[in-house]
Amino acid sequence: MTATLPAGTTALARPRIRAGRVGLLAGLGAALGAALVVAAGRGQLDVPPGEVLGSLFHRVGLDVGPLPSHPQGEATLWQVRFPRVLTAAVAGAALATAGALMQGVFGNPLAEPGVVGVSSGAALGAASVIVFGWTFLGTWSVAVAAFAGGLATTLLVYLLSRDAGRTETVTLVLTGIALNAMTSAGLAFLMFLGDTQAREEIVFWTLGSLNGSRWEHLAVMVPVAAVGLVAALLLARPLDLLALGDRAARHVGVDVERLRLTTIVVVALLTAAAVAFCGVIAFVGLVVPHLVRLAAGPGHRLLVPASALGGAVLLVLADLWARTAVEYADLPIGMLTSLVGGPFFFWLIRRARRTAGGWA
Amino acid sequence: MSSHEHSLAAQAVDVRLGEAHVLRGVSLSVGAGELVALVGPNGAGKSTLLSVLSGDVVPERGTVTLDGRPLASLAARELARRRAVLLQRQGLAFGFRVADVVAMGRAPWHRTPAAADDELLVAAAMERADVTPLALRLFPTLSGGEQARVSFARVLAQAAPVLLLDEPTAALDVRHQEAVLGVARAAADEGAAVVVVLHDLSLAAAYADRVAVLSDGVVAADGPPAAVLTDELVSRVYQHPVRVVDVGGSLVVVPVRTSTKEAPCAVS
Repeated sequence: MTATLPAGTTALARPRIRAGRVGLLAGLGAALGAALVVAAGRGQLDVPPGEVLGSLFHRVGLDVGPLPSHPQGEATLWQVRFPRVLTAAVAGAALATAGALMQGVFGNPLAEPGVVGVSSGAALGAASVIVFGWTFLGTWSVAVAAFAGGLATTLLVYLLSRDAGRTETVTLVLTGIALNAMTSAGLAFLMFLGDTQAREEIVFWTLGSLNGSRWEHLAVMVPVAAVGLVAALLLARPLDLLALGDRAARHVGVDVERLRLTTIVVVALLTAAAVAFCGVIAFVGLVVPHLVRLAAGPGHRLLVPASALGGAVLLVLADLWARTAVEYADLPIGMLTSLVGGPFFFWLIRRARRTAGGWA
Repeated sequence: MSSHEHSLAAQAVDVRLGEAHVLRGVSLSVGAGELVALVGPNGAGKSTLLSVLSGDVVPERGTVTLDGRPLASLAARELARRRAVLLQRQGLAFGFRVADVVAMGRAPWHRTPAAADDELLVAAAMERADVTPLALRLFPTLSGGEQARVSFARVLAQAAPVLLLDEPTAALDVRHQEAVLGVARAAADEGAAVVVVLHDLSLAAAYADRVAVLSDGVVAADGPPAAVLTDELVSRVYQHPVRVVDVGGSLVVVPVRTSTKEAPCAVS
């Protein structure tokens, strides 16, 4: 029943499919815009969406719309809210795209940076910088270390779990468990070494939080994520072909080894962009691409941009929830995404087992 | 087209997979307009030889040349414009639609003038492989035989002058077995060089210009079907007595059965 359902829902004529693609991206774009404006206004100091837009318009020199009526409104928006919602959007886009790429290169819809330990590898890199006080690259130190940690773990997962061009779910999950155990040990050791302040910062990494987002962080995050996103779009077409399997992909002209390595570097880059400043936020890369595939099919040329937009929307809303669900409390966002993503992951595993008749 | 225009040749190829010496000094060539059937018992090295010809396996010794150039000197994309491969087992990691899978065969021609014909060639390939009615189905929901035909359509869409087909008929019913080999035959008649791995010797006899028999990693025979498929050679290579009979002008290979079934009515 579930296996035949998608066939019926996607039986559309070609032009309608193309129109649907444009519609999906436009819809997600509009949703992102709306989510950003609403989320920027909500919080302990409420600014209505109209005033948020007014403040934005005035900043770019347009005398349109009302300015925030609260005396602290303008300052709150520009010093706290805008950096925060933008950080959420960039991190969400980066993580969801990383998930989509990872699933493509592993040939397994359950691959995700958080699940297989790439995020915690990146967090380990970031934590090393905090504890040892490395400042060799200024504000970029944390990002570079996170990238190195993420890249190392992605390569490890890849080398350890692939077999004959595909990664079986059970191998992938077990590799993730082993790697997460190792990185947890590493983080524990770093916490043991570090002073109280470093410990607090590391706890913050492992829980994931957008509290304390700053423009200076965005100045690092945005270029890294932008490079990753553009690269991801360029990889979309060959990643479609990789679904045929390594040999068949090579037979239709894909340089498989180069594609894989490039994709892994891009995954690490995107994961690092998010993890370096927001900590570990798991399952975004699992949930978003999966929902996009359900709605629009597996083609990466749509999956990649739609996942980026969808991930941004999801994380902006998740963060809004995290800071408004309990009054005067800022819940760790990584905890929330895991709370929702965990059961979703469980459901996906059950489904994969049922449809593939085993742990394939 | 001269016979040298498109050709694929393996020269004295040796392949070892772990302990096993899978191919020993194997030479095989196929020229434009020619259909070569590669036959032999299980484990004789047919698929390995096809992997060598397609460039997936680099032989320990010996050379493989495509249109006179060593395979290793061709980049993946360049190679894909010259030869298409149908693997024995098809898999797809995600639920793409059949039309999208067939269109993947056009990938090597992306951003070339030939890409202008993409839609036409995909439609024609789907028609030839008889998968047009499946166009909007999801590949993973198809039966094994349907998947094999869709993959065959993808190979045809690639429009490469050299075709390597590994057991294209394995999962197919009689009608589609004949249809697939008919299309392969037609491609050869239009100038393609085709190598087909087959188990059904009668099919090989009917459609091939030449039959190459692999046995235990060496070429036991290579020539026109009538010269190669003899009682003696087939019985020896397959270690089972067979008779090759002429039925209305086509060769049919029949295993000799020691214990035949009783007539159904005799069973209590």
